[in-house]
Amino acid sequence: MKNRWIKLIGFFTIVTMLTGCDPLLVLDPKGPQAEVQAKDIMLSIGIMSFIVLIVFVILAYMLFKYRASKQSPDYKPPYIEGSTLVEVICVGIPVLIVIYLSVVSVDSNYKVESTPEKYEHEEPLIIYAATSNWKWHFSYPEENIETVNYLYIPVERPIEFKLYSYGPITSFWIPQLGGQKYAMADMLNTLHLAADYPGEYMGRNANFNGKGFTENTFNVTAVHQDEYDEWVNDVKDTAETLTEEKFDTLLEPGHVGQSTFNGTHLMFLPPPVHVGEEVEAAISEDDESQQNKN
Amino acid sequence: MDYFERFAIPHPSPAIYASMVAIGFTVIALIFVLTYFKLWGYLWREWLTTVDHKKIGIMYLISAIVMLFRGGADAIMMRAQMAVPNNTLLDAQHYNEIFTTHGTVMIIFMAMPFIMAFMNFIVPLQIGARDVAFPRLNALSFWLFFMGAMLLNISFVIGGSPDAGWTNYFPLADNEFSPSVGTNYYLFALQISGLGTLMTGINMIVTILRMRAPGMTLMKMPMFTWSAFIANVIIVFAFPVLTVALTMGTFDRLFATKFFTTTDGGMDMLWANFFWVWGHPEVYILILPAFGIYSEIISTFSKRNLYGYKSMVGSMVIISFLSFLVWTHHFFTMGQGALTNSIFSITTMAIAVPTGVKIFNWLFTLWKGNIEFTTPMLYSMLFIPTFTIGGVTGVMLGMSAADYQYHNTMFLVAHFHMVIIPGVVFAMLAGLHYYWPKMFGFMLNEKIGKITAWVIAIGTLLTFMPMFFSGLDGQARRMYTYTESTGFGIWNMISFIGAIGFTIGFMLIVYNVYYSIRYSPRNIGMDPWDARTLEWATPNPVPFYNFAKQPHVNSVETFWDSKNNGHELFPEPYEDIHMPSNSGMPFILACIFFAWGFSFVFSMWIPAILSTIGIFICMALRSLEKDPGYYVTVKEIKETEKKLRGVQ
Ligand code: HEM
Ligand SMILES: [Cu+2]
Repeated sequence: MKNRWIKLIGFFTIVTMLTGCDPLLVLDPKGPQAEVQAKDIMLSIGIMSFIVLIVFVILAYMLFKYRASKQSPDYKPPYIEGSTLVEVICVGIPVLIVIYLSVVSVDSNYKVESTPEKYEHEEPLIIYAATSNWKWHFSYPEENIETVNYLYIPVERPIEFKLYSYGPITSFWIPQLGGQKYAMADMLNTLHLAADYPGEYMGRNANFNGKGFTENTFNVTAVHQDEYDEWVNDVKDTAETLTEEKFDTLLEPGHVGQSTFNGTHLMFLPPPVHVGEEVEAAISEDDESQQNKN
Repeated sequence: MDYFERFAIPHPSPAIYASMVAIGFTVIALIFVLTYFKLWGYLWREWLTTVDHKKIGIMYLISAIVMLFRGGADAIMMRAQMAVPNNTLLDAQHYNEIFTTHGTVMIIFMAMPFIMAFMNFIVPLQIGARDVAFPRLNALSFWLFFMGAMLLNISFVIGGSPDAGWTNYFPLADNEFSPSVGTNYYLFALQISGLGTLMTGINMIVTILRMRAPGMTLMKMPMFTWSAFIANVIIVFAFPVLTVALTMGTFDRLFATKFFTTTDGGMDMLWANFFWVWGHPEVYILILPAFGIYSEIISTFSKRNLYGYKSMVGSMVIISFLSFLVWTHHFFTMGQGALTNSIFSITTMAIAVPTGVKIFNWLFTLWKGNIEFTTPMLYSMLFIPTFTIGGVTGVMLGMSAADYQYHNTMFLVAHFHMVIIPGVVFAMLAGLHYYWPKMFGFMLNEKIGKITAWVIAIGTLLTFMPMFFSGLDGQARRMYTYTESTGFGIWNMISFIGAIGFTIGFMLIVYNVYYSIRYSPRNIGMDPWDARTLEWATPNPVPFYNFAKQPHVNSVETFWDSKNNGHELFPEPYEDIHMPSNSGMPFILACIFFAWGFSFVFSMWIPAILSTIGIFICMALRSLEKDPGYYVTVKEIKETEKKLRGVQ
């Protein structure tokens, strides 16, 4: 009996925690993708709580009603084979639930794997995000600038992160903007995110990549477009130029803090092209526009 | 001197030196005790050379419990490190080694031998056989597992522990990023024990298909035997994948192949795919026998037949099939696109349906029963609600879009502990209490047992429920520390308190064993639990030949029928019994395998070649050897039986 009370209390704590004053990061979305995910999470918590509740109630009922101390000492339980009707219910209801969740899941898959609907008409900002042990290199090919361990992004505009790694598999994750995706050495991944509100967000590598994993984090600052443009101009005016030598020293294992550069490493060290022509084309285009500017 | 430098540990600490000393003393003490009490001969004759499935089962059991404490020590260190922000109890490197060892030990060297212990001990008894189909192979399986476990366990004092996670993801585990020999230990320890597991798989399948007592058709097999059968079928299909993956990893590390490298055409995610093609079925290899044990216990203590026997069998068959179709759910975030994720999301959630069917069947087994709260039953009743929480969070993880947020976080860690601990560990503890009298001839104390069950259940909830929250709050798994501003402190503190509860629970188990050895009555008869299946038709502890006479089976609960419905279990007269003889070969072969693995770990090629030759010589000798076994005469049987039953 005690057990059930613990569960019930636990249950209510869950509900209060989830809706409480200091919301958990993932359930406090600041972008459309994270919102889709938070909705799915809350929906599935709801449905799953219902299932847990049913199991608890049936269990409590059985244990209470049929425990030996409540029966006459000579009670002999009957032989019961099983019943088709019961089986159909026990299979049928879970199947219906799974079908419903499948529909939701498939729908959400396509949402998080494409440009957020809300900002479909905005031109996406492309940022290359690469890891090396244990840093993040962010290249802005359009702006031709590069940052280390921090991100500046405009709000209300779709952002396409192109992810890859100079080392083990890592995972790019900004919980409040949306779920994570792997960055690997031999292929380029795309993660679609967007921020609805200006603010500072926590970003990190979520996939274990050795000794410096814990500190493999980055800061995300989301600002309005005009502020963002200002920041870009500022960087262009003040930051040093990223040379091949400089980038090589950056790639060496260790922690380096934050830094900012003019130019990107994409010129001299192109990302993997495993995803196909699309990306290759994009890069050579960048190359051209680069040359034109010069 | 240079040569020996390789055996030094790369990241020493006082704790490791202390362990070295402790290990040294333990070994010396063991040798002293064995010599002083003249036990070497006993050890060799009765244990090292035995082919008796019951003794092998008990050796598996002891190894599993020892490994439970080893893995538990790792766990408590991790929880202590995480209990407060910015803790410096452990540094990053030690933390990495510890969580890697913890995961590997718990899955491969604790949970696996635990289920092996019960499969070995119970399955032949449950089907009315006198041993498994290939007794000597069975001994080899055990010793290979044992040597694999030893190999992994010496890593932290010789050469350094593995530190790339129990999932050992390449390219992180490749030489470039993990230069120490730790990962070699991982590869060879798993390879050697994996060979043993694969052999058990074949052995058990043949045993169950070929050695059932007359009258026991497939659909009259007890549920535990069914679950063992399915688990072993999964083993036979899944383990070769691990073997191949480990071999490829070994080649990458030792012979400079490029399967998983970041350059020269290696594929990052290839290892992860192989690993989980084995890894997901592996979790069902663990859970199905556990389900089998619960089925036996719940039916015994409800004093009722198992509800929905056919759908129980059916759901296991479906689970075994589906378990091979879901592996990518371990990396929905690989970037395989919405379509692939959708397919695997659906297959993943589909597994919850047959799992749910099993839960409901247990609930309906309670229905109209006469429920007795013994310790095994208490564990089973604590299992149902806690496992349900773990199971439904599995479904949540199965929603692939949402998994982008759960993946690699403490939420995932909470999920798999909430399924494996209630699912596997509770089952093993329930089975331990349930089958203890069968193994050792006396019962464990019920009162201490029940208190322990509550302590462990509360410990489970306290330790792992907070992780759901800290995961949703952005705490990634495998971080060795965090700052105060993250707000993870409170969750990790609760978790640490829960881990202390766990420790107390396991201490209580040890105390219970000690207490019961001293005070438990020995004349418990054949059937202390009023059970229903054939294993209880033998005396406690079981004589080496199991059944004096060949049992005949009429139903799933043939022993119950013989007690209550007039079924004649032993209609045949006594006959001479043919038994397999002992052999030192499995032990010796496994020792050579140990040397083989060790040589490869340190790339010592001459010993590696010599031990490889040694392995083939042993195999050749075995092939040429004639082993006719021996007969136990009717006279001997009658005397043994009189002695055993006379005691009652
Ligand atoms: C009810 C059915 C279940 C479903 C739908 C399910 C689903 C999942 C999913 C989707 C993941 C991957 C999550 C991620 O990495 O982001 C996962 C991980 C895992 N599950 Fe389950 N699961 C179920 C039952 C079980 C059972 C019964 C066990 C073990 C006995 C288990 C053990 C594990 C383990 C060990 C991991 C991952 C460990 C790691 O990454 O280190 N699961 N599960
Ligand atoms: Cu899985």
